[in-house]
Amino acid sequence: MILYFLTLVLFVMGVYCLIAKKNIIKKIIGLTITDYAINLFIILIGYRTGGVAPILFKNMDRAEFNRTAVDPLPQALVLTSIVIGLGVLAMMTALCLRLYEKYKTFDMSEINRLKG
Amino acid sequence: MFVQTYYPLFSALPLAASFLNLLVTKVNKKAADYIAFLVAAALSVMAVLLVFEAPFAYKVGGFPPPWGILLVSDGMSTLMLVIINVIALLSIVYSFKYMTNYTAKPKYYSLFLLMLAGMNGVVITGDLFNLFVFLEIASIAAYALVGFGCEHEELEASFKYLILGEVASTAILFGIAFLYSMTGTLNMPDLARQLEVVGINRAVAFVIAIFIMGFGLKASMVPFHAWLPDAHPSAPAPISAMLSGVVIKATGVYAIARFMFSVVGPNAMVSSTLMFIGALSMVVGVFLAVGQSDFKRMLAYHSISQMGYVTIGLGLGLNPNVSPLIAALGLFGGLYHLVNHAVFKSLLFLCSGSFEYRTGTRNRYEMGGLIRKMPVTGAACSIASLSISGVPPFNGFWSKLIIVIAFVKAGYYVYAAIAVFVAFMTLLSFIKLQRFVLFGQLPARFAAIKESPFSMTLPLVVLAILCVALGVLYPFLDQSVLQAARDSLLDKVSYMGYLLGG
Repeated sequence: MILYFLTLVLFVMGVYCLIAKKNIIKKIIGLTITDYAINLFIILIGYRTGGVAPILFKNMDRAEFNRTAVDPLPQALVLTSIVIGLGVLAMMTALCLRLYEKYKTFDMSEINRLKG
Repeated sequence: MFVQTYYPLFSALPLAASFLNLLVTKVNKKAADYIAFLVAAALSVMAVLLVFEAPFAYKVGGFPPPWGILLVSDGMSTLMLVIINVIALLSIVYSFKYMTNYTAKPKYYSLFLLMLAGMNGVVITGDLFNLFVFLEIASIAAYALVGFGCEHEELEASFKYLILGEVASTAILFGIAFLYSMTGTLNMPDLARQLEVVGINRAVAFVIAIFIMGFGLKASMVPFHAWLPDAHPSAPAPISAMLSGVVIKATGVYAIARFMFSVVGPNAMVSSTLMFIGALSMVVGVFLAVGQSDFKRMLAYHSISQMGYVTIGLGLGLNPNVSPLIAALGLFGGLYHLVNHAVFKSLLFLCSGSFEYRTGTRNRYEMGGLIRKMPVTGAACSIASLSISGVPPFNGFWSKLIIVIAFVKAGYYVYAAIAVFVAFMTLLSFIKLQRFVLFGQLPARFAAIKESPFSMTLPLVVLAILCVALGVLYPFLDQSVLQAARDSLLDKVSYMGYLLGG
């Protein structure tokens, strides 16, 4: 339970950083932290204290295996999610560089040409 | 049969072409046009062929359903595939000439095909996590395309869209993780069965709320609409047409409809939420639209307002307290409006692109009298304006009429009145648009402009014909596609049956 709570704290930190900071680099960091909090949450779903790797060998007992093996699916999901996160991060960083070239600032409150 | 065997190609073909395109255009820059056109044309033909196929499920890699990934084809996904691919084909034809204004045309086509792959993937998949992955593919391509011009406003809009879109994606991923921890499955037919047993407990209600927020942001329903009026006008015109005409439907409305109808089933709470959000979107969108001077920005606000009609229709379809016939009528109206909106909104955005291409401005107060100089574009723009504002012979009228009738019959008189009122306000705003852009005094500096080139007028003519045909011929046309879409959404039992590999 404490682990879930810590994940929630990480999530809230990310959201705070995303909302409260004006610097777009910090916003990106906040978004990434949020993303990782969700990834940790998915890992926790499949976690099992004292679990074994989910590989079934011939000499293993089926019932024993079902009781102790961790769920492999969340790990596969997290790998995919991390890769997507990487893509988004690359996109965000590239956009930031372009924004800096145009506006000469990272401050979101000065990047405000769109209104209405 | 052919389409059934090659069903994954809907997503695989544009994905492969998108990367192939980058390699080929290293050698020959001209090839990009042809690759994109051929892929979109092939996909459109496949989508139309799919209309004649019975619903089926495709097992990826041959793994049996609860473990492997399932691709499902039923009425709703067929309808969406036809809309997506036909609009994409027309946008690509339009891009031939229009995109010569921009540098790096081959990269544009690659991103376009990537977005197409993502949207087709969202629509064909029967697996929740797979849906998320395709959603991200479509979204990342869309972020890049919004900022494609690399000017101040475009980059800012793209960044805004990216941040909000990623918040939505994170929320969706969280919801998916939550559902997985409850049920231990990600397969949507299987999920529908598991939730049947669990019922709507607090955890499921939480996931529903998160999904309405996440997919609602992708569909830009009103409390989550802030990015759309910036992002849609900033993109190049064919991309605006895709974003407003298709992307918000495939990644937002379709995903909500699929999850709420096929997985959760009719539910009073979800229904009243969606109806309220829909009504709010309609009113807020149209009021913000009236005062805009930027042509494309006004159209973007109208997208919010028109998507409200679709949402409110879906909401009535989910309502378990009204008779099933009326719920089905409301859903039918919503889906019909979805098709119509895809046609006339992409037409309007393409028209605005044509005007911008010739006049170099998007401010509607600086234009005037353009129908005399650009008769084809002007006529198409008129038809689209009349369609969106719901003038009788055109398609927008019928779908709005069906929605209003459904709401009156269901006894929701307030929502019906709002729908009529918003239609009136839309008409007002588009009469203003016509007055300033098409008619009135032609400014002296536009005396020499010509009609836009053939590859730009052809998609306009096709879409304008569709606008008229979907309206005038509606009572005579075979309505099986729309009805199949509606029935497939309402029939949760047969969706659960796909688990057995139907």
